Amino acid sequence: MNDTLRKILAPLLFIIGILAFWEWIVWYKQLPDFRMASPSDLIPRYIRFWDLFLIKSWETLWRTVAGLGLAVIFGTLIGMVMGFSRFAREGLYPILVGFNAIPKATVVPIVALMFVGQHDFNTVLIAFMISFFPIAVSVSIGLSTLEPEYRDILRSLGASNFTIFWKIALPKTLPEFFGALKVAVTLAFIGTNLMEIVSPHGRGLGDLFDSGRISADYPLMFAVLFALAALGIVLFYVVVFLERIFAGWAERNPG
Amino acid sequence: MTASAHMIELRDVTHAYRTKAGPLPVLDRLSIQIPENSFCAVVGPSGCGKSTLTRLVSGLMRPNQGEVWLHGQRVTSPRPTVGMAFQNPVLLEWRTILQNVLLPMEIVKSPMSKAEATERAHHLLDLVGLTGFAEKRPSELSGGMRQRASLCRSIIHKPDVLILDEPFGALDAFTREDLWCTMHDLRAEEPFTCLLITHDLRESVFLADQVVVMSGRPAHAQYVMEVDLPGKRSLDDLYSPKAVEMLATLRHQIQVAQGRTVDDTAEAKA
Repeated sequence: MNDTLRKILAPLLFIIGILAFWEWIVWYKQLPDFRMASPSDLIPRYIRFWDLFLIKSWETLWRTVAGLGLAVIFGTLIGMVMGFSRFAREGLYPILVGFNAIPKATVVPIVALMFVGQHDFNTVLIAFMISFFPIAVSVSIGLSTLEPEYRDILRSLGASNFTIFWKIALPKTLPEFFGALKVAVTLAFIGTNLMEIVSPHGRGLGDLFDSGRISADYPLMFAVLFALAALGIVLFYVVVFLERIFAGWAERNPG
Repeated sequence: MTASAHMIELRDVTHAYRTKAGPLPVLDRLSIQIPENSFCAVVGPSGCGKSTLTRLVSGLMRPNQGEVWLHGQRVTSPRPTVGMAFQNPVLLEWRTILQNVLLPMEIVKSPMSKAEATERAHHLLDLVGLTGFAEKRPSELSGGMRQRASLCRSIIHKPDVLILDEPFGALDAFTREDLWCTMHDLRAEEPFTCLLITHDLRESVFLADQVVVMSGRPAHAQYVMEVDLPGKRSLDDLYSPKAVEMLATLRHQIQVAQGRTVDDTAEAKA
């Protein structure tokens, strides 16, 4: 089988297999849809609410991407500070760890009170808060573990610190950065949905999920989960695509 | 203080590292003189401050006391007329071999145009036996090939002074001997003054015009040997009686430096 074909067919095959098993187990156990909806129950929901799904998905997606964008900018900046300055690293690390240990579900109501009515801002903020940590840590580790020889080959020629950062430290850290970004993508989705569900404000797929819950439309809730999964997969592969472009050199050829 | 007439000169260089247990002296009144276009090898026991020496000459570090001179100027900071290669070839994995070799040209202001530099890079790659590898990535090359590429990078900007910190140390014996010959080819092609740090006495005799044996820590120049193997050297010369005698002398000096034996050469000669 050729490579591209396998890369597309293999996941499809597995998805179909899992859906079929799910359909079968719901049918076999004769589960009512308030206990477990089957994939075939979802299709009517997508058909009926397709416009809502599009609008809500977009609301969720752009706010997630915005939060992720902030996480990339601030995570990289914090990572740079921590990577270059031992003082800052030792000072900031426990604070970052502590901050990361706070369950973000508890932060949501606080943020909602702090910035009353600023729903988009709040959602982006939570997505950012939950996803910047892995980026900051990986960038700081990438920079602080740069072998001194790499620095020396440029320093011995009289290069400035900025040149060393730009030509060596930054590109060398890219593989770690993208590894963290893949984790951050899924985290950012969790952040967005936390805000949408814990502090309902009529936007995003979280809102659609909530409507399903309130109106006892259980298949709709399952349908939202699938939509979220699909968005997550899309964004994840966007990151993989960017990684190929910017850090493709780090990939070893198989075999 | 008078300007140095040598390409590289160290005058009474004393240096200590600060450690938790107090200052750790590594160099003690070390003096070395290397004339223009000559090749100096520095050998010595482990941990005697050989790598410190390279950092001082390249200007990456300043000595506590004493003076380092390059080309008649005192070294106070790194300068673009120096090329360096280390035991670890440190090629940038995200660049092709050609781009790696051209890296110094992005830092150093040079009269060479980009096209000229590229042409020179290809020429150097040919010279070290990497023809056809310009567009490959470092991960596709063997250790010896990476070190060859690293050598090309260290001289691409036509430095006056080349500092080699055990560049052949991690290679297998055959590759190492191959690269020794490559060094001779490079020097025949374009002269430069070279300071080589090494553990390998045969390497020092084969490559250098002058071998400096450093004493144990804190190190000074314990013994200086002029290597007068005339004409173009071949690996066979290493087995000539003259070379064998030089190697024996150096070996003895290393043992003295390690403190395993007393220096009795003076008596023996007398």
